[in-house]
Amino acid sequence: MSYPLIFERSRPGRRGLKLVKEVPRAEDLIPKAFLREAPPRLPEVDELTLVRHYTGLSRRQVGVDTTFYPLGSCTMKYNPKLHEEAARLFADLHPYQDPKTAQGALALMWELGEYLKALTGMDAITLQPAAGAHGELTGILVIRAYHEDRGEGKTRRLVLVPDSAHGSNPATASMAGYQVKEVPSGPDGEVDLEALKRELGPHVAAIMLTNPNTLGLFERRILEISRLAKEAGVQLYYDGANLNAILGWARPGDMGFDVVHLNLHKTFTVPHGGGGPGSGPVGVKAHLAPYLPVPLVARGEEGFYLDVDRPKSIGRVKSFYGNFLALVRAWAYIRTLGLPGLKKAAALSVLNARYLKELLKEKGYRVPYDGPCMHEFVAQPPAGFRALDLAKGLLELGFHPPTVYFPLIVKEALMVEPTETESKETLEAFAEAMGELLQKPKEWLENAPYTTPVRRLDELRANKYPKLTFFDR
Amino acid sequence: MDYTPHTEAEIQEMLRRVGAESLEDLFRHLPAEILNPPIDLPEPLPEWAVLEALRRLAAQNLPAPKAFLGGGVRSHHVPPVVQALASRGEFLTAYTPYQPEVSQGVLQATFEYQTMIAELTGLEVANASMYDGATALAEGVLLALRETGRMVVWVSQGVHPEYRAVLKAYLEAVGAELRVLPLEGGRTPSLPVPEAVGAVVGQNPNYLGALEDLAPLAEAAHRAGALFVAVADPLSLGVLKPPGAYGADIAVGDGQSLGLPMGYGGPHFGYLATKKAFVRQLPGRLVSETVDAEGKRGFILTLQAREQYIRRAKAKSNITTNAQLTALMGAMYLAALGPEGLREVALRGVALAHRLHDLLLEVPGVEPFTPKPFFHEFALRLPKAPEAVRAALAARGLHAATPVPREYGENLALFAATELHQEEDLLALRKALEEVLA
Repeated sequence: MSYPLIFERSRPGRRGLKLVKEVPRAEDLIPKAFLREAPPRLPEVDELTLVRHYTGLSRRQVGVDTTFYPLGSCTMKYNPKLHEEAARLFADLHPYQDPKTAQGALALMWELGEYLKALTGMDAITLQPAAGAHGELTGILVIRAYHEDRGEGKTRRLVLVPDSAHGSNPATASMAGYQVKEVPSGPDGEVDLEALKRELGPHVAAIMLTNPNTLGLFERRILEISRLAKEAGVQLYYDGANLNAILGWARPGDMGFDVVHLNLHKTFTVPHGGGGPGSGPVGVKAHLAPYLPVPLVARGEEGFYLDVDRPKSIGRVKSFYGNFLALVRAWAYIRTLGLPGLKKAAALSVLNARYLKELLKEKGYRVPYDGPCMHEFVAQPPAGFRALDLAKGLLELGFHPPTVYFPLIVKEALMVEPTETESKETLEAFAEAMGELLQKPKEWLENAPYTTPVRRLDELRANKYPKLTFFDR
Repeated sequence: MDYTPHTEAEIQEMLRRVGAESLEDLFRHLPAEILNPPIDLPEPLPEWAVLEALRRLAAQNLPAPKAFLGGGVRSHHVPPVVQALASRGEFLTAYTPYQPEVSQGVLQATFEYQTMIAELTGLEVANASMYDGATALAEGVLLALRETGRMVVWVSQGVHPEYRAVLKAYLEAVGAELRVLPLEGGRTPSLPVPEAVGAVVGQNPNYLGALEDLAPLAEAAHRAGALFVAVADPLSLGVLKPPGAYGADIAVGDGQSLGLPMGYGGPHFGYLATKKAFVRQLPGRLVSETVDAEGKRGFILTLQAREQYIRRAKAKSNITTNAQLTALMGAMYLAALGPEGLREVALRGVALAHRLHDLLLEVPGVEPFTPKPFFHEFALRLPKAPEAVRAALAARGLHAATPVPREYGENLALFAATELHQEEDLLALRKALEEVLA
């Protein structure tokens, strides 16, 4: 039996919430030419049907609250319940209310900005971007404005991105109007320094790196990379997706990065919400501060205010001040852990990854770049196994699979990120399951999963004949 | 305090297993110069103390649950049933549904959301949400430029100034040109559109609240071979003619009005709807119905070749994280109200806004600005600087008079009313405004 759609539960004339006592007549208020001719075909359900529908849907969905979710490069750590209550304290603020009546909210933003600057080693910050990739775009636009201001906007047209980078990096550079060139990784999984040197020059605007990289390895030659970038007048961009591994232990600012974006929804426990909303603050070194988007929270004699008077700013990247309620959660996280707690979290994310890596190797998995991994690592199944089948088999065994087929430079990649909030026994149970999969008959794996709400879905059909709405016949 | 489960004994055992002596040892391969930097952070606090500190900060705000402030965000009822269902851990703590077999909850809810947005806008398809209305506009216009292969955009001054600012930043990045069409009498004039233009943008109800007939502008755009992009408050589409019916090729907007907390401006969600013909140009996620190995109906992310993690530099957008949870809340709100409930909320706000308009015009020195009819908000010309009026009203416990940027005129402020306001609230605002302007 298919689970019904809310439209299939709908009955003409059935009512849920009623929010209005006296309903005015549309014709008395609005000329007919502006009115819609037929009502939208929205569902008509009572409140209990609504509750059962969405509760039922939630039971067809896994999250960190239900299942180990070792999704590499996505940092699916536990989201503290405290944070939801914290966010509710600020739900009723309007972005255009008199700033004097929102001093607590502005203070929170200002303090969070200070904490994030301290943790990244940056001089100035914007909290406006709505997600990591949005932060990337902001950061690259800031870099672009800087080069233009120095009269090098026309010549510096290229952004360098390692072949192991997140897809958002090249996509971002392209959205910002740049050409993109991939830099290969060396045999050790780190950026090939000689290849990078060959590409660097007065035509390059920026290098986008994440450190640790998407193989889970720390770029040990980072100080040399940043020195080379500096000499070539190239801005070094830090993709903060992997900051969880080093938070409190090392800072992008000290490594020589000029711009950093943070994923508050990864490193700072803001829930991912099925894919968002997120929050992607961007920190910069002082020379880039004038170009940050407006408004910035500032502190004056009469309290906090929103500074819009920044003539070199790139403008705005989002309405209002960003995803404020995400900022509240990140603030709560930092205040709960403090520096010792953040350092412990980072260290245990690394310990969990290294421990799990050892367990998986023992079970027969290969680790092609087996350096000292940080919070994640990339494994490969033994010959003859497909990453996709293993992922589907894991679903049958009750685990969310790792990221598969990324990074692209590893064949049949399984990118595992356990995070620090998982216990030793969870890691061991997961490794057992991974081992069990290698003992399963080929047919079992190819047909898994068996008992999930649906089994393998026909993706080709969806691509060829997309049906994107209920009424699309 | 932290959220890690490890006992000290376990840590020691695990360290031994990975060949490390201590937690510090795990970072030994990092350059010594950058290891263990001095970082100044406040001391960790126990849970109750964090909450206490947050309550102290919250107490420094004067909340605005019944604000009369407009400008893209308004106070609306946030239904507890929506809050409760969206707070379920499975929705809250999931990630992008890359494994559809265990993500049917988010995928089906998104498919239903896509359907509801298509219905509201009178267009055929909607993506699975954008960050907010402003970025949805920027992405919608970029879609139009990809489709037409042109690099000039006309945007009405009736489009929210912050949306235009975001659009400008996105367009500058790709070297496209942006021209603003000034409002005449509070509405967008219809002008002949030159052939170089790839996208024309209007907003209804516009930033000043006025209803506009955008059909002539859409026609002018089409004559020039450009696409027409409409910005529309989704709540207004409970009663107003949908963008698809007046010629919009793309409709965008912000979902806050669909029962989301104001949250000092975010997170909300942006919607983006268009015609099926442009579906391969859409940014972001899309969910399609399909079948599983047993022929059972199921849902899956589709046309992923548009997306950054597949196509990298050639992707339609860099969007990765979107606004799934808040979009889900919007869909729940629409399902909870149904077509009739949505229409009632929309109409009640229109009636109250017009009543408030007439009441505030009784205050000496206040002049009308937004032409009638308007939706849930309108602009008035005040005899004093709107920032000062807003502050003086706030001192009386009332949140009203959103300052309007000077490009629209001097001393203009927006006032809004919604289903939350009662006659006595409107009278109280008139009285307070009288005192403030006396």
